[in-house]
Amino acid sequence: MEAFTTLTAVAAPLPAANIDTDKIIPARFLKTIKRSGLGAHLFDGLRYTQDGAERPDFVLNQPAYRQAEILIAHENFGCGSSREHAAWALLDFGIRCVIAPSFADIFHGNALKNGILPIALPRAVCDALMQDAAMGDNARISVDLERQVVIRPSGETISFALDPMRRHFLLNGLDDIGQTLQHATSIAAFEEKRASDKPWWPPIPEL
Amino acid sequence: MTLPQTLFDKLWSAHVVETLPDGAAILFIDRHLVHEVTSPQAFEGLRSAGRRVRRPDCTLAVADHNVPTSKGRVGAEADSVLQLKTLEDNVAAFGVPYIPINDPRQGIVHVIGPELGVSLPGMTIVCGDSHTSTHGALGALAFGIGTSEVEHVLATQTLIQSKPRSMRITVKGRLAKGVSAKDLALHIIAEIGTAGGTGCVIEYAGEAVRGLDMAGRMTLCNMSIEAGARAGLVAPDEITFAYLEGRPMAPQGAAFEEAVAYWRTLPSDPGARFDREVVVAAADVAPMVTWGTSPEAAAPINGGVPNIVSPDEERALEYMALRPGQSLAGAPVDVVFIGSCTNGRIEDIREVARVAQGRTVAEGVRALVVPGSGLVKAQAEAEGLDRILLEAGFEWREAGCSMCLGMNPDRLTPGQRCASTSNRNFEGRQGPGGRTHLMSPAMAAAAAVTGRITDVRELC
Repeated sequence: MEAFTTLTAVAAPLPAANIDTDKIIPARFLKTIKRSGLGAHLFDGLRYTQDGAERPDFVLNQPAYRQAEILIAHENFGCGSSREHAAWALLDFGIRCVIAPSFADIFHGNALKNGILPIALPRAVCDALMQDAAMGDNARISVDLERQVVIRPSGETISFALDPMRRHFLLNGLDDIGQTLQHATSIAAFEEKRASDKPWWPPIPEL
Repeated sequence: MTLPQTLFDKLWSAHVVETLPDGAAILFIDRHLVHEVTSPQAFEGLRSAGRRVRRPDCTLAVADHNVPTSKGRVGAEADSVLQLKTLEDNVAAFGVPYIPINDPRQGIVHVIGPELGVSLPGMTIVCGDSHTSTHGALGALAFGIGTSEVEHVLATQTLIQSKPRSMRITVKGRLAKGVSAKDLALHIIAEIGTAGGTGCVIEYAGEAVRGLDMAGRMTLCNMSIEAGARAGLVAPDEITFAYLEGRPMAPQGAAFEEAVAYWRTLPSDPGARFDREVVVAAADVAPMVTWGTSPEAAAPINGGVPNIVSPDEERALEYMALRPGQSLAGAPVDVVFIGSCTNGRIEDIREVARVAQGRTVAEGVRALVVPGSGLVKAQAEAEGLDRILLEAGFEWREAGCSMCLGMNPDRLTPGQRCASTSNRNFEGRQGPGGRTHLMSPAMAAAAAVTGRITDVRELC
């Protein structure tokens, strides 16, 4: 995973609640066996007409937002399916940070594991950032994970909260598996105790 | 004396391998269910890091999302064929137990887990699919994970998790005749909202929940994710034990008795504290139909679209080609889809056959019945339900996720209106431009035979 430290970028406003992961990446694009290449289908239904032409009114089709690296949205971003393809599609398009009043749990975890920073801020703050984002290429929003602040184009700083462990992993680009395997002895001890305490616990047989 | 504990507290503490300095836990995972769509990148990750699957004996793989449900499984696109082959190659390379597509036990991962006795009370169960919450009906802590976590579980048989909050939804009284677990689920989601359970594990309790059979409890827990919850739970009881006894991969004989003795210790202790309590009156629950593009946009069949809607809902109504204040009963449907991990079990198909018996599918309506597993299909055929359905003009298909998710060949075409027993009415969920109305199997069957959204109670 690529580390996330600071980011200064154009932000795209997406003023809708409950943006679900089917909207972010429809299921018919989940047939891939790779993580890459999904950016072309990010927000496919919103971004393209049914014959594949770009919808000029969709924010990411507008010249100012084609290079956006931040998204600003309303409540419950990323609800629905657990598909990590949603995070991969955002990342492949170039989005490194999503700011919204709230996130669905699974998406939130998936984003963090892919170096995308989900920032939860109150609705009023998101609305103010949405206005900044509406300035398009004329405005840049900055995010500093070390200091845990969002910096508006006006220079105003807004603090945000993030789980300390997740922050540490993101700042250093650490992958969870390597960290967990440092606890392999505890896992083995747990497994042994499980086997002796609950001998009836059935293994799944070879089929 | 120890504090009274919730079912969730007990499940959680029984699986903590280690508590990390910041409070998160390394949680042991008893069952990892793997399917073709969210696993290829995880196996690839293992391969590139030179890691193995730590516990193949806790892992079970099956293909369900991206397989055709046509006779002979014909019609898969090339990339779907490759995805299925990738799963087969991966399970062979990593030694993971696998139910092949032509095995009678194949089916939707959340149907076969309980059906085979793979999913048991007291376990932690994960799968790269949000509807893993289904297995909570057995009294197991079951939740959906992303592909990075799939890889994490394959490599370590654990997950790093912060403990969610707890919520109890108590459903007082009994559900009325003609009202099902699906209606209760939609009623609850309409009440608490699609993010009402975010960050929580919901335990469903109360007389109406105790009165549900296992299929109904699975439907209810399945839809927990549509309220944003991490997981749903129902405390195990005699109904649970009776359901599990004799299942092929459940403990057998004395081991089963030993297991039951443990499972009896799991229900929440009297006086256990929940972070949030919600009380629902079962008498208030009517057959429900969704009208928008979020599961919370649901109304009783005798109600309709609200008169006043938010800008987001206005957009949803435009997509659905509906107006504020419009009645839902009477809206004509093009397609009826009966199946999915929400409502693809034998009990659901019996309900559909009961409504279909002696009636025919309305002209111009395509009605699909897709059993949740090969074993459900065989059971239905043994009971003659397939004959009733075929004679009424329904399609009787092979097991799989089918039209729930617009991925395999079963999809809506733009503008089609569908009465669906699945779980999500998101824009384009069942195919680009498709319009989904979520409802119970009986209500979907009523829509099939009348050609319109209909209160099934009028047909009984």
